[in-house]
Amino acid sequence: MKTKSIASFLLGTALAVTTAGVAFAQDKTVKIGALSDQSGLYADLGGPGSTLAAQMAVEDSGLAAKGWKIDIISGDHQNKPDIGTAIARQWFDVDKVDIIVDVPNSGVALAVNNVVKEKNGVYINSGAATSDLTNAQCTPNTVHWTYDTYMLAHTTGQALVKAGGDTWFFLTADYAFGAALERDTTSVITANGGKVVGSVKHPLNTPDFSSFLLQAQSSKAKIIGLANAGGDTTNAIKQAAEFGIGKGGQKLAALLLFLTDVKALGLETAQGLNFTETFYWDMDDKTRAFSKRFAEKMKNNAPPTMVQAGVYSGLRHYFKALEALGGNPHDGVKVVEKMKSMPTEDDLFGKGEIQPNGRTIHNAYLFEVKKPSESKGPWDFYKLVGTVPGDQAFTPLSESKCALLKK
Amino acid sequence: MQALYAQLLVGLINGSFYALLSLGLAVIFGMLNIINFAHGALYMMGAFVAYFLLSLGGINYWWALLLAPIIVGIFGMILERTMLQWLTGLDHLYGLLLTFGIALIVQGVFQNYFGSSGLPYAIPDQLKGGMNLGFMFLPIYRGWVVIFSLVVCLATWFLIEKTRLGAYLRAATENPTLVRAFGINVPRMITLTYGLGVGLAALAGVLSAPINQVRPLMGADLIIVVFAVVVIGGMGSIMGSIITGFALGVIEGLTKYFYPEASNTVVFVLMVLVLLVKPTGLTGRAA
Repeated sequence: MKTKSIASFLLGTALAVTTAGVAFAQDKTVKIGALSDQSGLYADLGGPGSTLAAQMAVEDSGLAAKGWKIDIISGDHQNKPDIGTAIARQWFDVDKVDIIVDVPNSGVALAVNNVVKEKNGVYINSGAATSDLTNAQCTPNTVHWTYDTYMLAHTTGQALVKAGGDTWFFLTADYAFGAALERDTTSVITANGGKVVGSVKHPLNTPDFSSFLLQAQSSKAKIIGLANAGGDTTNAIKQAAEFGIGKGGQKLAALLLFLTDVKALGLETAQGLNFTETFYWDMDDKTRAFSKRFAEKMKNNAPPTMVQAGVYSGLRHYFKALEALGGNPHDGVKVVEKMKSMPTEDDLFGKGEIQPNGRTIHNAYLFEVKKPSESKGPWDFYKLVGTVPGDQAFTPLSESKCALLKK
Repeated sequence: MQALYAQLLVGLINGSFYALLSLGLAVIFGMLNIINFAHGALYMMGAFVAYFLLSLGGINYWWALLLAPIIVGIFGMILERTMLQWLTGLDHLYGLLLTFGIALIVQGVFQNYFGSSGLPYAIPDQLKGGMNLGFMFLPIYRGWVVIFSLVVCLATWFLIEKTRLGAYLRAATENPTLVRAFGINVPRMITLTYGLGVGLAALAGVLSAPINQVRPLMGADLIIVVFAVVVIGGMGSIMGSIITGFALGVIEGLTKYFYPEASNTVVFVLMVLVLLVKPTGLTGRAA
């Protein structure tokens, strides 16, 4: 009697597993949450453009024709970690979101990172910079797609130190991102024999930089490193020109600069700045074709920034993984594992891979802002100066502190 | 020590914006009893009008300095005539909510069309460059901002406190019925006063356009600080708001030097302290 009941129990379990398997193979619904700063200082580099990029990724994937049902919702985290996590929780618990994309602002990004892990969702971060996402705070649910502070430090930072800029003064945004960027750049500077002579932490979203610029000026450092982003960077650059900082022999290093920042500055002010991005709309025929389609749908006809391109490209890879799985298992770790097992390749970022710590590896490009006379169109801003292969631009696995690597 | 002088001067520059904006707020509150939350949005509009005058009409900075306050002032007067005037005699809260709503709408519209990162506006050629003061490199434009706003502030103070027109205005706030009995058109005077306050905000916007980005949220970022300035100075006090504006700019500048992390909270800490000791503000009279 006992053995019989065990046998029937086993049979039942087996049946349950098979039916579950069938249900799983047939489940072709996906819900995407595009979480960004929709109205603040990072809204132009991510924001509504990132939601558009997500929509285009869904359309271009062609999954709808194969019976998939994919929805996108978007949210505004207002650059506040508590709001970001509240939205993320609601999305997972109530709206049954599978994946969160974009999330600029490292402070919010790290907070959301924990929620996604707890809820076993998928997290493709494009907008945030902190390299901690794939280092100390890495999770099996997170893929960090576009760029990070380590990459910025080892491209722009390194190039400047090697060109003789061996003393630095930092203007650092006073939150997780600024701290990470200053830390990563400082290690590059000291490794190359340079010195950091001082730094000042300014609040996020500072309209007036003159006090900080004066401090940087009197430090006599050769390079003034801007460890900030968006509106903070453009204000600092504009006001530095006003205080004659370039003329005094000091050089500004915009460690992170986006296409929309250059637009806001105007070429007259921005010309000659060196910086690094992993995507620019005018790289080749494929990026131009995508950017043209994108700009036609954007309100101010802006081509995509690298953050928005990263949302598109990351989602395309996610869809490839789902297709390979034959359905949506609604299991973040499983999907991310699949994503890591497949090489990445698309029109925007070219060939690459996702490392076990969640870091996507692809080329990084050193750009210089054109002179007004060299620019042929409203968004023709960059000159390509050099290409850094992905394996040299991003954290080598041997240096990564990610716990996932210790298995 | 040299660095300290430089920070004092930089503080004065920021203080001029605080002074101009809080002055407009004080004028409007003093005469209309309206807490004008749309002030930041109107300041932003001033900067945008300057941008459009230049980019679309080729009209330079100097004309913008005159035209932008007039254009935005007219917009303000339309607001007053169509909406704000119905709130006379009601609780302050109604005016605050209405103007806050107007600010959100105006900012939303601008953000929809121009994004959030802003548009560039160059410093006029005549004010480019700078001079070496020994302890710092002072951009000529910044020096101009301090002097110009000081002149405008004092002129406004003189107009309201020392002229016959100003006397009518102050009388109309005290007792509108009686002033009307003397044959003075009080509603028109109130509309013009609102226009003046709004014009001051737009003027500050034009002044700041070459320094900051012309951004839809430029006013929203500033207005909260300016309200704190007004509260510290004493609601409705003209001279109080001018002096506190400059003084707080300097205090903020010094904070940026000694403890930069606190630079965007220092004004509010001061506000709390002042309210604890003297709830009517530094120069305010008991209501």
